[in-house]
Amino acid sequence: MYRYDEFDRTLVAERVAQFRDQVARRVAGDLSEDEFKPLRLMNGLYLQLHAYMLRVAIPYGVLSSRQMRKLAHIARVYDKGYGHFTTRQNIQYNWPKLTDVPDILNELAEVEMHAIQTSGNCIRNVTADHYAGIAADEIEDPRVYAEIMRQWSTLHPEFSFLPRKFKIAITGAPNDRAAVKVHDIGLRMQRNEAGEPGFEVLVGGGQGRTPMIAYTVRDFLPPRHLLSYLEAVLRVYNQLGRRDNKYKARIKILVHETGAENFTRMVEEEWQALKDSPLDLPEAEIDRIKSYFAPPVYENLSDATAELDLWRAGDRAFDMWVDANVAQHRVPGYAIANISLKPIGGVPGDATADQMEAIADLAERYGSGEIRVSHEQNLVLGDVKQHDLYRLWRELKRLDLATPNLGLISDMIACPGLDYCSLANARSIPIAQEISERFADLERQHDIGELKVKISGCINACGHHHVGHIGILGVDKKGVEHYQITLGGSADQHAALGKIVGPAFSGEQVTDAVETIVETYLEIRETGESFLEAFQRAGLEPFKERLYGAH
Amino acid sequence: MTMRIVTGNRLDDGAVIYLGADERWTETIGCARVAADDAGLDNLLAIAAKAETEGLVVTPYAVPVSVESGAIWPVHIKEAIRAKGPTVRPDLGKQAGGCSAAA
Amino acid sequence: MALIRSGEVVDDPWLRVADDQDVPDGPVIVTLARWQDARANLSEHHGPLGIALRSDQSPSLIAGDLDRFALVALDFPAFTDGRAYSYARLLRERYGFKGEVRAVGNVLRDQLAFMVRCGFDAFEIADADAAQTFKKALGEITVAYQPASDPRRPAMDLRHG
Repeated sequence: MYRYDEFDRTLVAERVAQFRDQVARRVAGDLSEDEFKPLRLMNGLYLQLHAYMLRVAIPYGVLSSRQMRKLAHIARVYDKGYGHFTTRQNIQYNWPKLTDVPDILNELAEVEMHAIQTSGNCIRNVTADHYAGIAADEIEDPRVYAEIMRQWSTLHPEFSFLPRKFKIAITGAPNDRAAVKVHDIGLRMQRNEAGEPGFEVLVGGGQGRTPMIAYTVRDFLPPRHLLSYLEAVLRVYNQLGRRDNKYKARIKILVHETGAENFTRMVEEEWQALKDSPLDLPEAEIDRIKSYFAPPVYENLSDATAELDLWRAGDRAFDMWVDANVAQHRVPGYAIANISLKPIGGVPGDATADQMEAIADLAERYGSGEIRVSHEQNLVLGDVKQHDLYRLWRELKRLDLATPNLGLISDMIACPGLDYCSLANARSIPIAQEISERFADLERQHDIGELKVKISGCINACGHHHVGHIGILGVDKKGVEHYQITLGGSADQHAALGKIVGPAFSGEQVTDAVETIVETYLEIRETGESFLEAFQRAGLEPFKERLYGAH
Repeated sequence: MTMRIVTGNRLDDGAVIYLGADERWTETIGCARVAADDAGLDNLLAIAAKAETEGLVVTPYAVPVSVESGAIWPVHIKEAIRAKGPTVRPDLGKQAGGCSAAA
Repeated sequence: MALIRSGEVVDDPWLRVADDQDVPDGPVIVTLARWQDARANLSEHHGPLGIALRSDQSPSLIAGDLDRFALVALDFPAFTDGRAYSYARLLRERYGFKGEVRAVGNVLRDQLAFMVRCGFDAFEIADADAAQTFKKALGEITVAYQPASDPRRPAMDLRHG
């Protein structure tokens, strides 16, 4: 993974000192809250329902064991012993004191971490495929370019006061695990006819109030033009994005109101002036960053299929775990182990300080000292030897981190919701917990198969409900929490927005509604059909009927 | 006539606070000063605005409450959660008896 | 209100002329609307001309006339309105403007370093100790990751000599 050089270290250290000074000026009254708020947001510090909330950046979701231990330490010393992993691969602490934050940032800087631009109207954490570098279907490791974009976007003097937040995601594989089509800019690695790598550039995706799928602004962009092209898009957006209405200020609205063709023309025009400039990426810099992402030394192993089959035949729980949580590694004999942060009835995405530390240890003993955070609020240990899987699984079980539910109904995404967030209309975590408990039977979950439930407590859609196979949106109906259900959303390369199935359900009804939806699916499914496939074939009707009666 | 109280967050640790008697801020909603009418509320908000310039509170605002047998409780669920703590973690927040921010 | 140029508080020789005011001799700043209305007259003006653009007025609107102006004032109606950062860079890097690019409006200490990097070289600041503030603000971050309008070499450059 990337290691800071003196430039990176200096910048982060200076940023900490700058923020320390800003906090001091705020506490002394030299800065009003209005003047301070954008500054603290640019350092990831929110004021939430119960306390401040600090969002620490985990660039493209990659952590070393050393960094994970530091996150555990911060949870213990400065917070209440836990953290929450988010849908943008970051971590959130819910109880820091403002006056402690400069010290927290100092500690983070010690392990090459920061909270720069995790909020605010600026370019946010660039997210990537959580199987980057190890996926069997990968074209090229997207983290190289994610790191290049991270640096370019950090304290960018022109783009620190955009009309609104700006989110970039990149996938290095045709199977899009980074949801690039619902980002402001999405990048999909491709090979051109000559076999050279480059990017399809997508613009204007997003969720929230007006969800949209991104469109392709350029089919193929060679890597050396990456930054100049991004700069062109951002410059058009910075100048023309709406500033009169917060709810119409994202680039997706600009694209929609301008029209894709016009928008493309404007970007390409601006780019003509920017390409072949100091923004060109020299090969030397790409190579320099690539060297940090060179794979670890892999042993020459063959797949341990026989051994695994034996263990799996003897232990149904392990069998289910391998089935759901273990993904194929590109190197024979190795495996990708997903750590579920969705124990039955638990708070999705939360981990205690003890768990974080244990995971750091496991990453060193069984992996390559590296942990990834997925945007679905789980963790990943890449580079696990297949013949270590059983041992690893037993250790994860002891830590309550072995729920074999990846991609299954209890592997829900849930935003913090009204339990924590001042923007929310309704709570999301208790809904997730109830659904999880209703479907606690893992055999049942495995039988249902892949079913991604995503829950947001408000229209800001931090829970990604628009792209859930089942999406649940909390709404306020005359002061009472209600939940609107959508069906058929998808975040992958066939991205689609869910369709509203009918009137909202009360908190008491929503779990029953989800169960009804699942039962309907089981009734209508054809052999081997996933929930999404069945929905795409049969449409909303069968679900509407079962939920609301014939109409 | 809606009863209202004034709330905000403490600047240095973000704790949820309520405007109480003698222009002091309290963490306990039961100790909040209740405004029974618009004039009363204007008065409380004026005190809060001054407190804000003095750095005692961040972004104060009014909260509708019901008062039953002397017990003050917010009418809306968001403020009710704010007055207690996360419903999914009964061990955290005001409901757990400790102070709001990290110890 | 203090005017900072080259890190020092200086007297402001420029006069801001309202659209309905007569234009006196000497250095005057007019709005875009005034320029568009009275272009012919203003071309005869005795003294340097400056133009003030609102945050919704791109310098592309005056790109062809830039050789007439010794100063362009770019407005920050609220410090959160970041359009002028792009405008300043376009003035410097696209149109090669060498005159004064002045930041006016809600110009606060914590945005000064960004402004300098985007090519602003003059700042109207409401600050009791403007020069000191300016100096401190500029010294806080010494590393630049990306090229901009200032002569500072970005990290990528410095890494590869």
